[in-house]
Amino acid sequence: MTNILIQAVLLGGYYALIACGLAFMFQVMRVINLAHGSLAVVSAYAVWSLSDTFDMSPFVALLAVVPVMGVAGWLLQRLVLERAVRGGELLPVLSTFGLAIVLDNLLFQQFGADTRSLSPMVGDLSWEAYELPGNIYVGKLPVYILIAVIVIIGGLDLLLKRTALGRQIRATATDPDTAGLVGVDARRAAGIAAALATMTVAVSGAALGLRGTFDAYAGAPQLLFAFEATIIGGARSLWGVLAGAIVLAVAQSVGAQIHPQGFLLGGHIAFLVVLFIRLALKGKAPLRLAGIAQLTRKGAAQ
Amino acid sequence: MTIHRWTWQSKLTFTLAAALILILALVPAFASDSVNERLTVLFIYVILAAMWNAMAGYGGLVSIGNQLFFGLGAYMTIRLADAGINPFAAMVLGAVIVAGLSWVLSLFMLHLRAGEFAIGMWVLASIAHLCVNLDPLIQGETGTSLISLNAYAIADRRMMIFWAALIGMVGLLALLFAVLRTPSGLAMQAIRDNEEAADSIGVNPMRTKRLFFVLAGFGTAVAGALWLAQVSAFQPKTYFSVQWTAYMIFMVLVGGLGRFEGAILGALIFFAAETWFAATGVWYLIGLGAAALLFSLLLPKGLWGWIATRTGVSLMPLGYRVHMETPSK
Repeated sequence: MTNILIQAVLLGGYYALIACGLAFMFQVMRVINLAHGSLAVVSAYAVWSLSDTFDMSPFVALLAVVPVMGVAGWLLQRLVLERAVRGGELLPVLSTFGLAIVLDNLLFQQFGADTRSLSPMVGDLSWEAYELPGNIYVGKLPVYILIAVIVIIGGLDLLLKRTALGRQIRATATDPDTAGLVGVDARRAAGIAAALATMTVAVSGAALGLRGTFDAYAGAPQLLFAFEATIIGGARSLWGVLAGAIVLAVAQSVGAQIHPQGFLLGGHIAFLVVLFIRLALKGKAPLRLAGIAQLTRKGAAQ
Repeated sequence: MTIHRWTWQSKLTFTLAAALILILALVPAFASDSVNERLTVLFIYVILAAMWNAMAGYGGLVSIGNQLFFGLGAYMTIRLADAGINPFAAMVLGAVIVAGLSWVLSLFMLHLRAGEFAIGMWVLASIAHLCVNLDPLIQGETGTSLISLNAYAIADRRMMIFWAALIGMVGLLALLFAVLRTPSGLAMQAIRDNEEAADSIGVNPMRTKRLFFVLAGFGTAVAGALWLAQVSAFQPKTYFSVQWTAYMIFMVLVGGLGRFEGAILGALIFFAAETWFAATGVWYLIGLGAAALLFSLLLPKGLWGWIATRTGVSLMPLGYRVHMETPSK
C-alpha cells in the first residue's frame, strides 16, 4: 500500500508538470489552451529527433527545445490567442482545438503510427532506482521529474510574486486595460507569460517521452490529465495544481487496484467528485449539499 | 411602420424546402444504393451540425464532448435491441434515455464556464466510453453489431434507414426552428449576444441553456443511432472519438456559428469536402483543423454570417424585421 502511494505521488509529479503550464495560462490569460497536450507531444518529438539525429543526450536536446518552444508560445499568443480572446471567451476554445487537430495530424504525417520513446537514449537511468526501507524501489527518473516540477512551480511562483515582470503579468491578468494605463505593456506581458507556459510544456513533453512511449495522437489524453489536475487543484495557485495532480494519480492507482480497467476511470471519478463538491460549496449543485453550503456561508459571515 | 418576420426569400425557401423534402423522400425509388447511403450520411451530418450549433451558437456552450451523446445514442440502441425491442423503436427510445441523462448532466455541467465546460464534456465522453467498454455485451473495444436489423431484407433495410434519417433530420430541424421562435429561443439568442445583459432583463439563462443542452443531447443521440443503423457495427472507440466533435466544429464554424442556415450550409460543405478529399487521409484532417482555426480567427461568423450581413438575406426567419414606410409626399 505504501509502495502504491509512493508510486502514485511520483506519477502525480508528472501530471503536475504537464498541468502547470495549462494552469498558468488559465490563471494569467483566462484561456484554456486545447492544443496544450499536442504541444507537449510536439516537444517530445523534437527532443527525440534531435537526440536521434545528433546522437545526443535527450537532456541536452531539451536545452535546445525549451527556447524554441518558448518562441512558439509567444507566437501562439500573438497570432492566435490575442486575436481569439477579443472575439469572446468561446473563440479561444475553438481556435486552439483547430490548432490541436492540425498539430496531431502533421505529427502523424511526419512520424507515422509507430510509438517512440526517449528511454533507450538515457541508458541505465530508465530503470535505475533508489531502494527505500521496506523493500520499496522508487525509479530515479520519476524522482527527478518530481524535483523538476517543484523547481518549476517554485520558480514561476517567485517570478509572479517577487519580480517586476511578475507584477506586470498579474496586473495584465486582472485587467489588461488598466494595466496599460499605468504603463504596463500588456501585449508584452501576455506574450512572455505564454512563452513561459510553453517552456514548461517542453519539459513535460520530454518527461512524457522519458517515462514511456508516445505517438502522434498522445496529446489528447495529456490535455485531459492536465485539465483534471488543474480543476481538482482549484486553479488558484500552482501549488494547488501539484496537490490536484497527486490526488488524480492516487485516484487512478486506487482505481487500477479495484479493476484492471479502472485506472483512467478512477481519475475521472475523482475529477467529478471534486467538481461536484466545489459546485455544492458555491450553492450551485443540484442537491446543494445544503448543510455544507450554509455552514461555509455562515463561516464567511462571522 | 410594420413589423414582420417573413420576407419573399424566406417564403420561397420554405416552398423549395418542402418540395426538396418530398423529392428526397422519393429518392430510394429511383436512385442507386450508393446514392442512398451517401444521402443518409449527409442527413446525419446535418443533424450533428445543427445540434452542435444549437448548443454553441445559441447557448454559448462550446462542447468538445458531443461524442458522448453520439456514442451513447448508438450504445442505448444496441442495449435496447438486445432486450428484444424493435431496432427502429430502440433508436428513438435510446435517444429519449440519452436526453434524460443529459438533463441530469446539465444540473452541474452548465455551471462551468467556457473552456472548463468544453473539456469537462470531453472528460464525460471519456467516462462514458470507459463504462461502455465494461459492458460484457459490447466485449470491450472489439465491439458488437446491431444484429436484429438483419431481420429485414437488405433492400428494405436500406430504404427504411434512409427514411428514418430523413425523418430524423427534418423533424429535428423543425423542432429546433420551432424552439428558436418561442420566447425561450429568443432568450437563448439574447444570452448568446450578451449573457449579463440578458440576465438583467429577466432572462433565466440556466433554464434556456438546459433546454438546448437536452435538445442537443437528444438530437446527437438520434444521429448516433442512425449511424449505427447505417454501418451496423458498434466499436466504442469509433463512436466515442473526439473526431466527431471536430467534424461538428468544422461544419458550424465554416457554415456560420449561431445561424440556422449556417449549420446546414456547413454540413453540405463538409460532405463535399469529405467526398472529394477524404482519400488524402491525414492531409484532409489537417485541412479540417486549419479551416476551423482560420475561420475562428478571421471569419468567426462563418460563410453564412458573412453572406447574411452583406446582403441582409434571411432564409429561415427567426427574428423580426422592422420596415419603415417611406413618408408619402
